[in-house]
Amino acid sequence: MAVILDILSWFLLIGGSAFVIIGAFGMWRLPDFYSRLHPAGLTDTMGAGLILLGLLLQSEAFMVGIKLLMIAVFLMFTSPTSGHATARAALAAGLRPWQAPEEAKKLADENDGGNKDGAA
Amino acid sequence: MAELGNDGGAGEGGGGSGYRPVIHGVGLCLALALCWLLLSGYFQILLLSLGAVSILFCVWIAMRMDLIDHEGVPLHITWAVLRYLPWLLWEIVKANLDVAKRVIDPSLPISPSLFNAPVSQKTDLGQTIYANSITLTPGTVSVDLDPGVILVHALHEGAADGVLEGEMDKRVTKVEGLN
Repeated sequence: MAVILDILSWFLLIGGSAFVIIGAFGMWRLPDFYSRLHPAGLTDTMGAGLILLGLLLQSEAFMVGIKLLMIAVFLMFTSPTSGHATARAALAAGLRPWQAPEEAKKLADENDGGNKDGAA
Repeated sequence: MAELGNDGGAGEGGGGSGYRPVIHGVGLCLALALCWLLLSGYFQILLLSLGAVSILFCVWIAMRMDLIDHEGVPLHITWAVLRYLPWLLWEIVKANLDVAKRVIDPSLPISPSLFNAPVSQKTDLGQTIYANSITLTPGTVSVDLDPGVILVHALHEGAADGVLEGEMDKRVTKVEGLN
Protein backbone atom coordinates (compact mmCIF):
# COMPACT_ATOMS: atom_id res chain seq x y z
CA MET A 1 0.00 0.00 0.00
CA ALA A 2 2.76 2.43 0.95
CA VAL A 3 4.51 1.67 -2.30
CA ILE A 4 1.41 2.41 -4.35
CA LEU A 5 0.92 5.71 -2.55
CA ASP A 6 4.57 6.53 -3.08
CA ILE A 7 4.41 5.83 -6.80
CA LEU A 8 1.19 7.80 -7.16
CA SER A 9 2.66 10.69 -5.23
CA TRP A 10 5.77 10.73 -7.42
CA PHE A 11 3.62 10.79 -10.54
CA LEU A 12 1.72 13.77 -9.16
CA LEU A 13 4.92 15.57 -8.18
CA ILE A 14 6.49 15.00 -11.59
CA GLY A 15 3.25 15.98 -13.36
CA GLY A 16 3.05 19.18 -11.31
CA SER A 17 6.67 20.01 -12.06
CA ALA A 18 6.02 19.43 -15.76
CA PHE A 19 3.17 21.97 -15.67
CA VAL A 20 5.37 24.49 -13.85
CA ILE A 21 8.09 24.06 -16.48
CA ILE A 22 5.59 24.31 -19.36
CA GLY A 23 4.15 27.42 -17.71
CA ALA A 24 7.60 29.00 -17.47
CA PHE A 25 8.37 28.00 -21.06
CA GLY A 26 5.07 29.54 -22.19
CA MET A 27 5.83 32.80 -20.45
CA TRP A 28 9.06 32.97 -22.38
CA ARG A 29 7.54 31.90 -25.68
CA LEU A 30 4.25 33.80 -25.99
CA PRO A 31 4.26 37.17 -27.75
CA ASP A 32 2.90 39.74 -25.31
CA PHE A 33 2.02 40.61 -21.76
CA TYR A 34 -1.63 39.51 -21.86
CA SER A 35 -1.02 36.16 -23.52
CA ARG A 36 1.77 35.44 -21.04
CA LEU A 37 -0.77 35.59 -18.22
CA HIS A 38 -2.27 32.32 -19.46
CA PRO A 39 0.75 30.03 -19.01
CA ALA A 40 1.33 31.77 -15.68
CA GLY A 41 -2.09 30.34 -14.82
CA LEU A 42 -0.80 26.84 -15.60
CA THR A 43 1.80 27.19 -12.87
CA ASP A 44 -0.76 28.46 -10.37
CA THR A 45 -3.44 25.85 -10.96
CA MET A 46 -2.25 22.46 -12.19
CA GLY A 47 1.41 23.02 -11.27
CA ALA A 48 0.79 24.01 -7.67
CA GLY A 49 -2.27 21.74 -7.41
CA LEU A 50 -0.56 18.53 -8.49
CA ILE A 51 2.53 19.24 -6.37
CA LEU A 52 0.38 19.89 -3.30
CA LEU A 53 -1.60 16.70 -3.99
CA GLY A 54 1.63 14.73 -4.31
CA LEU A 55 2.93 16.16 -1.05
CA LEU A 56 -0.40 15.37 0.58
CA LEU A 57 0.15 11.69 -0.20
CA GLN A 58 3.64 11.94 1.32
CA SER A 59 2.50 13.58 4.55
CA GLU A 60 2.03 11.27 7.48
CA ALA A 61 0.75 13.75 10.03
CA PHE A 62 -2.85 14.96 9.82
CA MET A 63 -1.79 18.52 10.63
CA VAL A 64 0.60 18.64 7.70
CA GLY A 65 -2.11 17.44 5.32
CA ILE A 66 -4.54 20.06 6.57
CA LYS A 67 -1.97 22.78 6.06
CA LEU A 68 -1.31 21.63 2.50
CA LEU A 69 -5.05 21.70 1.79
CA MET A 70 -5.27 25.20 3.23
CA ILE A 71 -2.46 26.35 0.94
CA ALA A 72 -4.45 24.99 -2.01
CA VAL A 73 -7.59 26.80 -0.87
CA PHE A 74 -5.79 30.11 -0.33
CA LEU A 75 -4.11 29.81 -3.74
CA MET A 76 -7.55 29.47 -5.30
CA PHE A 77 -8.38 32.93 -3.97
CA THR A 78 -5.09 34.75 -4.32
CA SER A 79 -3.92 33.63 -7.76
CA PRO A 80 -6.95 34.82 -9.78
CA THR A 81 -7.08 38.03 -7.75
CA SER A 82 -3.47 38.91 -8.48
CA GLY A 83 -3.84 37.81 -12.11
CA HIS A 84 -6.88 40.04 -12.56
CA ALA A 85 -5.15 42.99 -10.85
CA THR A 86 -2.12 42.62 -13.12
CA ALA A 87 -4.22 42.46 -16.30
CA ARG A 88 -6.36 45.38 -15.21
CA ALA A 89 -3.32 47.49 -14.39
CA ALA A 90 -1.92 46.78 -17.86
CA LEU A 91 -5.18 47.84 -19.48
CA ALA A 92 -5.38 50.97 -17.34
CA ALA A 93 -1.83 51.84 -18.38
CA GLY A 94 -2.97 51.66 -22.01
CA LEU A 95 -1.19 48.49 -23.10
CA ARG A 96 -2.93 47.03 -26.15
CA PRO A 97 -3.03 43.27 -26.63
CA TRP A 98 -1.03 41.61 -29.38
CA GLN A 99 -3.08 40.00 -32.12
CA ALA A 100 -2.38 37.34 -34.67
CA PRO A 101 -1.23 39.11 -37.88
CA GLU A 102 -4.33 38.23 -39.93
CA GLU A 103 -6.67 39.38 -37.16
CA ALA A 104 -4.81 42.64 -36.72
CA LYS A 105 -5.22 43.32 -40.44
CA LYS A 106 -8.94 42.69 -40.21
CA LEU A 107 -9.22 45.21 -37.41
CA ALA A 108 -6.92 47.81 -38.92
CA ASP A 109 -9.78 49.27 -41.00
CA GLU A 110 -12.10 49.96 -38.11
CA ASN A 111 -9.69 52.18 -36.24
CA ASP A 112 -11.57 52.85 -33.03
CA GLY A 113 -9.90 54.63 -30.12
CA GLY A 114 -11.33 52.66 -27.20
CA ASN A 115 -9.45 49.75 -25.77
CA LYS A 116 -12.62 48.02 -24.78
CA ASP A 117 -13.78 47.38 -28.32
CA GLY A 118 -10.95 45.03 -29.21
CA ALA A 119 -11.63 41.89 -31.18
CA ALA A 120 -15.22 40.79 -31.04
CA MET B 1 -24.26 43.92 17.02
CA ALA B 2 -27.60 44.85 15.54
CA GLU B 3 -26.35 48.18 14.23
CA LEU B 4 -24.17 46.31 11.75
CA GLY B 5 -27.18 45.84 9.51
CA ASN B 6 -26.42 48.32 6.75
CA ASP B 7 -29.12 47.97 4.17
CA GLY B 8 -27.72 50.53 1.73
CA GLY B 9 -25.20 48.23 0.02
CA ALA B 10 -25.35 48.38 -3.76
CA GLY B 11 -26.72 45.34 -5.53
CA GLU B 12 -27.25 43.34 -2.38
CA GLY B 13 -30.28 41.49 -3.64
CA GLY B 14 -29.32 38.44 -1.61
CA GLY B 15 -29.99 40.19 1.73
CA GLY B 16 -33.59 39.75 2.67
CA SER B 17 -34.32 36.91 4.99
CA GLY B 18 -30.89 35.28 5.30
CA TYR B 19 -29.09 38.34 6.62
CA ARG B 20 -28.46 38.19 10.35
CA PRO B 21 -25.31 39.92 11.60
CA VAL B 22 -25.11 37.86 14.79
CA ILE B 23 -25.08 34.59 12.87
CA HIS B 24 -22.42 35.91 10.50
CA GLY B 25 -20.36 37.11 13.46
CA VAL B 26 -20.59 33.71 15.13
CA GLY B 27 -19.80 32.04 11.80
CA LEU B 28 -16.66 34.14 11.45
CA CYS B 29 -15.65 33.25 15.04
CA LEU B 30 -16.06 29.54 14.33
CA ALA B 31 -14.15 29.73 11.05
CA LEU B 32 -11.28 31.62 12.70
CA ALA B 33 -11.24 29.18 15.63
CA LEU B 34 -11.04 26.25 13.24
CA CYS B 35 -8.18 27.95 11.36
CA TRP B 36 -6.31 28.57 14.62
CA LEU B 37 -6.71 25.01 15.88
CA LEU B 38 -5.72 23.44 12.56
CA LEU B 39 -2.72 25.68 12.05
CA SER B 40 -1.34 25.53 15.57
CA GLY B 41 -2.15 21.99 16.65
CA TYR B 42 -1.36 22.76 20.29
CA PHE B 43 -4.06 22.36 22.89
CA GLN B 44 -2.55 23.94 26.04
CA ILE B 45 -4.62 26.44 27.98
CA LEU B 46 -2.19 29.31 27.34
CA LEU B 47 -2.12 28.89 23.58
CA LEU B 48 -5.86 28.32 23.35
CA SER B 49 -6.56 31.50 25.29
CA LEU B 50 -4.14 33.43 23.10
CA GLY B 51 -6.14 32.09 20.17
CA ALA B 52 -9.42 33.19 21.72
CA VAL B 53 -8.05 36.68 22.28
CA SER B 54 -6.80 36.92 18.70
CA ILE B 55 -10.13 35.74 17.32
CA LEU B 56 -12.14 38.20 19.37
CA PHE B 57 -9.76 40.97 18.34
CA CYS B 58 -10.14 40.07 14.66
CA VAL B 59 -13.92 39.90 14.88
CA TRP B 60 -13.97 43.23 16.70
CA ILE B 61 -11.87 44.84 13.94
CA ALA B 62 -14.10 43.25 11.29
CA MET B 63 -17.16 44.67 13.07
CA ARG B 64 -15.66 48.14 13.20
CA MET B 65 -14.84 47.92 9.50
CA ASP B 66 -18.40 46.81 8.79
CA LEU B 67 -17.12 43.65 7.12
CA ILE B 68 -19.43 41.18 8.80
CA ASP B 69 -22.18 40.84 6.26
CA HIS B 70 -23.14 38.14 3.82
CA GLU B 71 -20.36 39.30 1.53
CA GLY B 72 -17.54 39.13 4.05
CA VAL B 73 -18.86 35.96 5.67
CA PRO B 74 -20.78 34.25 2.85
CA LEU B 75 -22.38 31.49 4.88
CA HIS B 76 -25.53 31.40 2.74
CA ILE B 77 -23.74 30.11 -0.37
CA THR B 78 -21.27 27.70 1.25
CA TRP B 79 -23.17 24.61 0.17
CA ALA B 80 -23.77 25.92 -3.36
CA VAL B 81 -20.07 26.74 -3.72
CA LEU B 82 -19.11 23.23 -2.63
CA ARG B 83 -21.35 21.83 -5.35
CA TYR B 84 -19.94 24.25 -7.94
CA LEU B 85 -16.30 23.49 -7.06
CA PRO B 86 -15.94 20.00 -8.61
CA TRP B 87 -17.25 21.27 -11.94
CA LEU B 88 -14.87 24.25 -11.81
CA LEU B 89 -11.90 22.02 -10.96
CA TRP B 90 -12.67 19.75 -13.90
CA GLU B 91 -12.90 22.79 -16.23
CA ILE B 92 -9.54 23.97 -14.89
CA VAL B 93 -7.96 20.58 -15.58
CA LYS B 94 -9.30 20.51 -19.14
CA ALA B 95 -8.19 24.10 -19.80
CA ASN B 96 -4.75 23.34 -18.35
CA LEU B 97 -4.18 20.45 -20.72
CA ASP B 98 -5.39 22.54 -23.65
CA VAL B 99 -3.16 25.54 -22.89
CA ALA B 100 -0.16 23.31 -22.14
CA LYS B 101 -0.62 21.61 -25.52
CA ARG B 102 -0.77 24.95 -27.32
CA VAL B 103 2.30 26.29 -25.53
CA ILE B 104 4.49 23.36 -26.54
CA ASP B 105 3.01 22.98 -30.04
CA PRO B 106 5.74 24.02 -32.51
CA SER B 107 3.28 26.05 -34.60
CA LEU B 108 1.99 27.94 -31.51
CA PRO B 109 -1.73 27.84 -32.41
CA ILE B 110 -2.95 30.93 -30.56
CA SER B 111 -5.12 33.87 -31.57
CA PRO B 112 -5.49 36.16 -28.54
CA SER B 113 -8.56 38.33 -28.34
CA LEU B 114 -10.08 40.86 -25.97
CA PHE B 115 -13.86 40.85 -25.85
CA ASN B 116 -16.86 41.68 -23.71
CA ALA B 117 -19.01 38.89 -22.28
CA PRO B 118 -22.34 39.26 -20.53
CA VAL B 119 -22.52 38.82 -16.75
CA SER B 120 -25.81 37.66 -15.30
CA GLN B 121 -24.96 37.75 -11.58
CA LYS B 122 -26.69 40.48 -9.59
CA THR B 123 -24.52 40.70 -6.48
CA ASP B 124 -20.91 41.82 -6.17
CA LEU B 125 -20.09 38.50 -4.55
CA GLY B 126 -21.50 36.51 -7.49
CA GLN B 127 -19.66 38.67 -10.02
CA THR B 128 -16.43 38.23 -8.09
CA ILE B 129 -16.84 34.46 -8.08
CA TYR B 130 -17.49 34.54 -11.81
CA ALA B 131 -14.52 36.81 -12.61
CA ASN B 132 -12.23 34.72 -10.43
CA SER B 133 -13.47 31.49 -12.04
CA ILE B 134 -12.66 32.93 -15.47
CA THR B 135 -9.18 33.96 -14.39
CA LEU B 136 -8.54 30.69 -12.60
CA THR B 137 -9.22 28.81 -15.83
CA PRO B 138 -6.07 29.00 -17.97
CA GLY B 139 -6.74 30.43 -21.42
CA THR B 140 -9.03 33.17 -20.15
CA VAL B 141 -8.31 36.14 -17.88
CA SER B 142 -10.87 38.66 -16.68
CA VAL B 143 -9.46 42.12 -17.30
CA ASP B 144 -12.23 44.51 -16.31
CA LEU B 145 -15.67 44.28 -14.77
CA ASP B 146 -18.47 46.74 -15.40
CA PRO B 147 -22.10 46.28 -14.39
CA GLY B 148 -23.45 43.56 -16.66
CA VAL B 149 -20.31 43.04 -18.77
CA ILE B 150 -16.92 41.54 -18.17
CA LEU B 151 -13.89 42.24 -20.34
CA VAL B 152 -12.06 38.98 -20.99
CA HIS B 153 -8.72 38.24 -22.60
CA ALA B 154 -8.67 34.80 -24.23
CA LEU B 155 -5.65 32.96 -25.58
CA HIS B 156 -7.47 31.37 -28.52
CA GLU B 157 -10.92 31.13 -30.09
CA GLY B 158 -11.93 27.97 -28.26
CA ALA B 159 -11.42 29.60 -24.88
CA ALA B 160 -13.28 32.72 -26.02
CA ASP B 161 -16.22 30.65 -27.25
CA GLY B 162 -16.23 28.77 -23.96
CA VAL B 163 -16.82 32.00 -22.06
CA LEU B 164 -19.39 33.33 -24.54
CA GLU B 165 -21.31 30.06 -24.34
CA GLY B 166 -22.23 31.10 -20.82
CA GLU B 167 -22.16 27.71 -19.09
CA MET B 168 -19.94 29.02 -16.28
CA ASP B 169 -21.98 32.20 -16.06
CA LYS B 170 -25.16 30.16 -15.57
CA ARG B 171 -23.60 27.96 -12.92
CA VAL B 172 -22.24 30.88 -10.90
CA THR B 173 -25.62 32.60 -11.06
CA LYS B 174 -27.08 29.40 -9.62
CA VAL B 175 -24.51 29.53 -6.80
CA GLU B 176 -25.63 33.05 -6.07
CA GLY B 177 -29.05 31.50 -5.53
CA LEU B 178 -31.32 34.52 -6.02
CA ASN B 179 -33.83 32.73 -8.21
